[in-house]
Amino acid sequence: MKARLVLMSAIALAVGAPATGAFANKANDTLVYASDSEPENVSPYHNNLREGVIIARHVFDTLVYRNPDTGKYEPQLATKWTWVDPTTLDLTIRKGVVFHNGDPLTADDVAFTLNYVVSAEAKVVTKQNTDWIKSAEKTGEDQVRIHLVGPFPAAIEYLAGPVPIYPEKYFKSVGLTGFSKAPIGSGPYRVTKVDPGKGVSMEKNANYWKDSPQGQPSIGKLVFRVIPDAETRMAELMTGGVDWIWRVPQDQATQLKTAPNISVLSAETMRVGFLQFDTLGRSEKSTPFKDQRVRQAIAYAIDRKAMLDNLVGGGARIMNSACFIDQFGCTDKDVPTYAYDPAKAKKLLADAGYPNGFTTEIVAYREREYAEAVIGYLAAVGIKANLNYLKYAAMRTLIREGKAPIAFQTWGSFSVLDASAFTGVYFKGSADDMTGDKEVGAALNDADTSVDVDKRLKLYQSALKTIAEKSYLFPLFSYPANYAYTSELSFTAQPDELPRFYAARWK
Amino acid sequence: MLHYTLQRLVVAISVAITVSIVAFFLLHLSGDIAISIAGPEATPAQVEAIRQQFGLDRPLVVQYLEWLWKAVRFDFGDSFYFRSSVVSLIASRIPVTLTLGAISLCLSLLIAVPLGVLAAVYNGTIIDRLALSFSVIGQAIPTFCLGLGLIILFSVTLRWLPVSGASTWKHYILPSIALGWYAVPAVMRLSRNGMLEVLSADYIRTARAKGLSPGVVIFKHALRNAIIPVVALAAVQFGFMLGGSIVIEAVFSMHGLGYLAWEAIARNDFPVVQAVVLILATIYVGLTFLADILNAFLDPRIRLA
Repeated sequence: MKARLVLMSAIALAVGAPATGAFANKANDTLVYASDSEPENVSPYHNNLREGVIIARHVFDTLVYRNPDTGKYEPQLATKWTWVDPTTLDLTIRKGVVFHNGDPLTADDVAFTLNYVVSAEAKVVTKQNTDWIKSAEKTGEDQVRIHLVGPFPAAIEYLAGPVPIYPEKYFKSVGLTGFSKAPIGSGPYRVTKVDPGKGVSMEKNANYWKDSPQGQPSIGKLVFRVIPDAETRMAELMTGGVDWIWRVPQDQATQLKTAPNISVLSAETMRVGFLQFDTLGRSEKSTPFKDQRVRQAIAYAIDRKAMLDNLVGGGARIMNSACFIDQFGCTDKDVPTYAYDPAKAKKLLADAGYPNGFTTEIVAYREREYAEAVIGYLAAVGIKANLNYLKYAAMRTLIREGKAPIAFQTWGSFSVLDASAFTGVYFKGSADDMTGDKEVGAALNDADTSVDVDKRLKLYQSALKTIAEKSYLFPLFSYPANYAYTSELSFTAQPDELPRFYAARWK
Repeated sequence: MLHYTLQRLVVAISVAITVSIVAFFLLHLSGDIAISIAGPEATPAQVEAIRQQFGLDRPLVVQYLEWLWKAVRFDFGDSFYFRSSVVSLIASRIPVTLTLGAISLCLSLLIAVPLGVLAAVYNGTIIDRLALSFSVIGQAIPTFCLGLGLIILFSVTLRWLPVSGASTWKHYILPSIALGWYAVPAVMRLSRNGMLEVLSADYIRTARAKGLSPGVVIFKHALRNAIIPVVALAAVQFGFMLGGSIVIEAVFSMHGLGYLAWEAIARNDFPVVQAVVLILATIYVGLTFLADILNAFLDPRIRLA
């Protein structure tokens, strides 16, 4: 009898008690945002995942700030910057900024960070972001001089993006391992907890410096939760367990638009999806890709417009060059475009000696349905591509080791609005370069380092033209972002795919 | 009994060793470990240095024995992906999986045993068939479908329970149902068969003849004997649930051992995969061994055969 009573009351409790959505919402002043992946390391220089970039922008400050509305550069940690000559940049460091642990941010921290990230021991993941820096030195109490490897006109753009400043004293005392568990920056939010693989908790930095062009943060707490399943993310949003999700598939977005209390925002982003071919033919299955005709055949075989209309959805555009079209230097003028033409694709394959196609492998890490559509188009012209769907870091390793004949890649350029942030990663001989075309590399290098604007534009154009002609890489389309969030939240999206929660507010 | 125990122990240990060999070679299937540890941009000299530093240039047998010696002391090295030791990762994840497994098992026993009794008592009637259908549904629906269905019904529509996570006891209810239901048919059929066998036994007829009420006959006299094999099966089912929670943990975003394994496989994080395989397999082997001994202890026919 007693046991039955206990059981009954347990059931009553379970059924009757309202579900507490994991403390998300306006009432708790806690914004819970969910995404599918987590960075391997929250130290911004040691991951190249978008979720890591978001954390970096909230926890750290950069030297320069690019106003997303005007596109103008404004002082952030550097109050002033002057080019002494094309390879020397002088900066005046702002006084009165403190890190989350109370240490003041000084010229020493800036010089340390820049010297650390170009050192070999730092093992920075995306070399393109920092390899233009030779060294930095403190030249006065609040003065830092950056020596560049060569002229690099996009330097300010990079300083406004993927080059956050670390606290020297703290970093040296805890090392990278300690830093990745408890990072400290000077940004609008401070990290309170890092749960590897599960998420990151942040709290408003009450002492955030007053004149920051980013403004003062409004929402009290931010919680980043990793929820691998798209349906689960949507269900969490609908029940108030999380407040903000993104990368919502087109069909779910349509569904969520009809839900009360949920706002849906669709916007184009700088992220470009593309197929990268192992043109070096480093493995048995990538041998066919040494042949230009095979790569062109694939470009002709894929109906990008149909993919956009049926799968990708609003806001996206077809890309023809190996960069995002609004980046400085990116153009598709005179660049060959590959209109959908399966007959031509088959002919090119036959010319290349594969009248019956061949079997190969494709690696992918994001929208699986896009990769499967590509596989369908390839099958239609006789190429059987087996899908190897993995996490980004594992895919990157396969690509770098030459074990990925075709990679379905996406690149958001670290939100840097300069073509170098795209082309530099894939064509200048870094570990991610599967092409090894020295001429293209040299042209891009000249483009990256030329001070003459017209010359830069011409060099990028010629390099992009060669890349498309030889079909080293087949650009597909820019990615739209479908954001869905509680209607209690006032949120605006920027095309750089960087949700700015520090600027978000409760209504 | 001692002889039988020793016999089962030898079998269990051989299985465990075989699993450990498989787990060890998993790492070597991934290609050159020295390259994996050094990172893709390392120079050949750096890779060579790592090869020597980690002793990867020695014979495989030596490497295996050393690895095994470390493994039995719970030293599985560091995760390739996270910069922390595999043991600390597993220690932070295993409570979720164990809790989920335990609740699921209790739940499936609570449902399956009464259903089995009911089916046996009303053998051949519509009740029997309904009980069987109900229990089989859980196994027929793929677990992820069942999980999502439960979320839609209880979380999204009725708003009774949270969708995902593992922070409170309420978070465990839906995943436990999804996982526990899967084990219901096996337990239910076993208790049904056991009951059928026992109900036709002479001592039950005697009990009935004495004029005892049907309830007392069924629950006090019959069930106690019929349930013996279920006890052993439950131990095995628990092991199965620990491994089978991979899908459930992913759907409910529970960050337990299963989800860790799934993620580790997707990112080629072999030290983690190795450790999870070894730990789950060892638990499974241990539970099976326990079940065998329990069975033999409860039923002399097994140990004497």
